[in-house]
Amino acid sequence: MNAVLHAEWTKLRTTSTTAWLLAAMVVLTVAVGLLASSAVRCPVGDCGVDPARTGLTGVYLGQAVVVAVGVLAIGGEYGTGMIRTTFTAMPHRLIVLGAKAMLLVGLVVPAGVVAVFGSLLVGRPMLAASGHLVLSLGDGAVLRAAVGSVLYLALIALLAFGIGAAVRDSVVAIGLVLGLLYLFPVISGVVTDPVWQRHLQQIGPMSAGLAVQATTSVGSEPIGPWAGLGVLALWAAGAMLLGGFVVRLRDA
Amino acid sequence: MNGMNGFGRLVLAEWTKFRTVRGWTIGIVAAMLLTGLFGLLPTISCSDANNTPCAAAPTGPDGEAVTDRFYFVHQPLSGDGAITVRLTSLTGEYATHPVGIPGEPARLTSGVEPWSKGGILVTSSLRPGSAYAAMLATGGHGVRMQYNYTHDAAGLPGTASPASPRWLRLVRSGDAITGYDSADGRQWTLVGTAVLAGLPATVQIGMFATSPGHTEVTQNIAASAVRGGPSRASATMDNVAGVGGAWTGGTVTDGQEDGPRGLPGQYQQNGGTFTVSGSGNIAPDVPGGGGIGVAITQPLIGTFFGLIAVAMVGAMFIAAEYRRGLIRTTLTANPRRGQMLAAKAIVLGTVTFVTGLVAAGFALVFGVARVRASVPVDPVGVGTEIRIVVGTALLLAVVAVLALALGAVLRRGTGAVAAVIVVIVLPYLLGELPTVLPLNVQEWLLRITPAAAFSLQQAYPRYSQVDGQYTLFGGYYPLAPWVGFAVLCGYAALAVGLATVLLRRRDA
Repeated sequence: MNAVLHAEWTKLRTTSTTAWLLAAMVVLTVAVGLLASSAVRCPVGDCGVDPARTGLTGVYLGQAVVVAVGVLAIGGEYGTGMIRTTFTAMPHRLIVLGAKAMLLVGLVVPAGVVAVFGSLLVGRPMLAASGHLVLSLGDGAVLRAAVGSVLYLALIALLAFGIGAAVRDSVVAIGLVLGLLYLFPVISGVVTDPVWQRHLQQIGPMSAGLAVQATTSVGSEPIGPWAGLGVLALWAAGAMLLGGFVVRLRDA
Repeated sequence: MNGMNGFGRLVLAEWTKFRTVRGWTIGIVAAMLLTGLFGLLPTISCSDANNTPCAAAPTGPDGEAVTDRFYFVHQPLSGDGAITVRLTSLTGEYATHPVGIPGEPARLTSGVEPWSKGGILVTSSLRPGSAYAAMLATGGHGVRMQYNYTHDAAGLPGTASPASPRWLRLVRSGDAITGYDSADGRQWTLVGTAVLAGLPATVQIGMFATSPGHTEVTQNIAASAVRGGPSRASATMDNVAGVGGAWTGGTVTDGQEDGPRGLPGQYQQNGGTFTVSGSGNIAPDVPGGGGIGVAITQPLIGTFFGLIAVAMVGAMFIAAEYRRGLIRTTLTANPRRGQMLAAKAIVLGTVTFVTGLVAAGFALVFGVARVRASVPVDPVGVGTEIRIVVGTALLLAVVAVLALALGAVLRRGTGAVAAVIVVIVLPYLLGELPTVLPLNVQEWLLRITPAAAFSLQQAYPRYSQVDGQYTLFGGYYPLAPWVGFAVLCGYAALAVGLATVLLRRRDA
């Protein structure tokens, strides 16, 4: 396993795309969070928005880059045919997948930490200046939102990785994953039946997973913070299982 | 030099490539199915919290859906004539929650809505949706002359009070109704003239009051960020002149009975002074907000998934050539790289446009028929329907070309697809999640990003005289339809330009 990890790490380290994408993810996430934090206004007596959630708006954009990273972590080798060499060197395909997934999480988590805590730190003074009651980073709810957002990004990466392994084509995979993430909110927006609307928000990977960002509006979320992240974890596990199953059964 | 012929052959070559790659055909068919069939999903139910049945909104003389509910103190008028009143006050009260729920008495707060109305009115009949013209005072927009629901002209500003009354006059002459206002009853100003085609000889003329629902929008609650209830306005009028018959009072209603949408109305006569109280509105119906019907564009929600599919096909149409090295063969066969990109854009744009036309037409015809079976759909003109269908097809086509150009710039399908999805879907999505961004930021996102082109799907105009919720899912966008489309075209042109320059300068 160590040798496989090492081999995958060498491949990852020597292709520049992943590093660039992760850097772009951090910059985009922080930039959007900064814009959102500076844009919200707080009329007297009615600070409608959740400050931590506003600061973390960039995750909506950053996750698209994470999806690309996750998909390319496996789809890249299929695109170039490298995967055949990899599987010749290491015929236990699930071990290769496992090594790739571990490295993926190992890269996305630190990048996510930088992006998420960076967003909260740069957004704080702006939100405080416009009159929001900004809780400190050590506050339980804010810490939950921050850690939860990092985990959210890691799970999104695994979801994308699983789908990427299952369909093998990066372009198709990225379209499918982004469609899946954005599909539920769009559909639940047109459903006028409040019960169905809530159900859709509870099972959608993005709407459920991002419920973990709520700090002041927890009660009005469709699903509890950790339960929501659990829903996304189920999606990610399902995608990984599907991906592993397909990779094992099919010719490379 | 047979340039045109050569270019024609190039287009043919690209078409051959396009139709023979199975994945691209699948992608286009998927785009068509997603766009066309999503609208058939049963996403709409008609019962609200009070299980109020859905009744269709009446349609006005111009064919648009209207709300038509007011209290009217009236008498018949045969032939030409006039009515003049002095309006000394307009007050109101409102509920912050729906009323009429058993066991929950209506608690009313004193206050007048900006578009509470009281004044004089001439109408062809007492049926809802009838042609009418009115001179009225409002809670916050001064004196207005309004007719046939959509027309609105401003008269004297400010609010009426016993110290500063408003004199109102309507004069009927054939089909023409002319409105005047005055601050003192001596110096009259013409506010407007309404021509109500086919007005019968005998019309109903009199005094009315009405007041639209009260809404309070709060941004911190996830989905249902709006609360509100009905309101009622009371107008006090005296010095009634021009008519002398007996008065009859009653609520003209479009089927929205007292309860969630309306409070009971009444009138009192004390000597020459009339106090008329009414609840409702005389205005175009606004779908998605306080209105009754749903937007005709609701079945087109599948456009999003169609967009994702065409973006994938568009990006792959060039990125696959780079991946396989086919691009070198293509460019050897025709070294003019700009022409190659143009040929690809033409093939891709045409295919997606035609596909989108079929899908959007299908969604609008069958999807709307399906929605209509359970909920009323506010009608639009044929011209608007054509614009929505053609606009959706154009949206798909231009997004596909944008993806193609980005694919040529990045030479990687993955990045191009991710970028296109992010710029076209994410702004819309962020605009619809009220927890995340304030309204003004959402609106700006839909002005400056390629998502602005969704305005092609706007079915109903905004009315300045209706305070509705002009939300995205109600089908309202900040830009005019073709302006929004121009924004998308600008991005596509920029991307195609950049791609052409890079294609020429870079090695293949």
